[in-house]
Amino acid sequence: MVLGKGASSSLSMNKVDGAEEMVDNSNNFTVLVADDDPLIQKLHEMHLKKFGLKVQVVENGKKAVDLCHFGATFNLILIDKEMPVMDGAEATKELQAMGVNSLIVGVTSRDSPYEKQAFMEAGLDYCFEKPLTADKINFLLQELNKNN
Amino acid sequence: MDVVNQLRRQFVDYYTSLHREGFVDDQFTQLQKLQDENSPDFVVEVASLFFEDCEKLINNMARALEQQQRVDFKQVDASVHQLKGSSSSIGAMRVKNVCIAFRSFCEAQNREGCLRCLQQVTHEYSLLKNKLQTLFRLEQQILAVGGSIPVVE
Repeated sequence: MVLGKGASSSLSMNKVDGAEEMVDNSNNFTVLVADDDPLIQKLHEMHLKKFGLKVQVVENGKKAVDLCHFGATFNLILIDKEMPVMDGAEATKELQAMGVNSLIVGVTSRDSPYEKQAFMEAGLDYCFEKPLTADKINFLLQELNKNN
Repeated sequence: MDVVNQLRRQFVDYYTSLHREGFVDDQFTQLQKLQDENSPDFVVEVASLFFEDCEKLINNMARALEQQQRVDFKQVDASVHQLKGSSSSIGAMRVKNVCIAFRSFCEAQNREGCLRCLQQVTHEYSLLKNKLQTLFRLEQQILAVGGSIPVVE
């Protein structure tokens, strides 16, 4: 996992096995998933819904930007790097320029520190390597609860 | 032992062997846990999407590697990279591991190495597909006799 500029380094992750032991039971957070792979869309959506999160899915960065541009708000945006039309890095830059009040997290297959750092520099708060897991979601929920 | 218990035992043994032989890892177990009464076919649906992904991406890689003189290794790498992401997300460990090696050959622009990996990834995908189809058939047999699918940790 790579941390963004604003992230605290003194985090404690609760190691949990599943959604039943989530940190906060009142998860009214909304999540936007941006990934062009239907398999990843389905997996992310299912993982997040298990935590009681409200999920919307788009297949490219432009649709993510357009949604936010037209007033949709999300607590968390999970964004892939490689997508058609507009990739994750470009979309992240646009979302940051728009001043969206969301935690923006890259979820990528890129495994080299250099590639992840390059994605981070677009303005991500965090960058995870796929797959999305209960541990990673719990970590993000902790962050969202802290910010709220 | 009655039929239900026999089938359940068979399922557990088969599932355990998939893990032991490295076909699937813990991520696959996590997918089983996500399945519930609201989404009873979740794992089968995800596996189908994965098989579609594999076929499409393997075809892309094969087409790109057909060019003897000017292989577009970036294009091959893009497909391998996507397959690595899919396979790690579903827990297809052996497919994922071939993708990791495959990417090194793409980086080195080694066509022979890439072709060997293509052969390997095609083989691993076929094996996994057969194994998972067998697993899903066992599930259907258990449900058909009124049993429930065991949860294997």
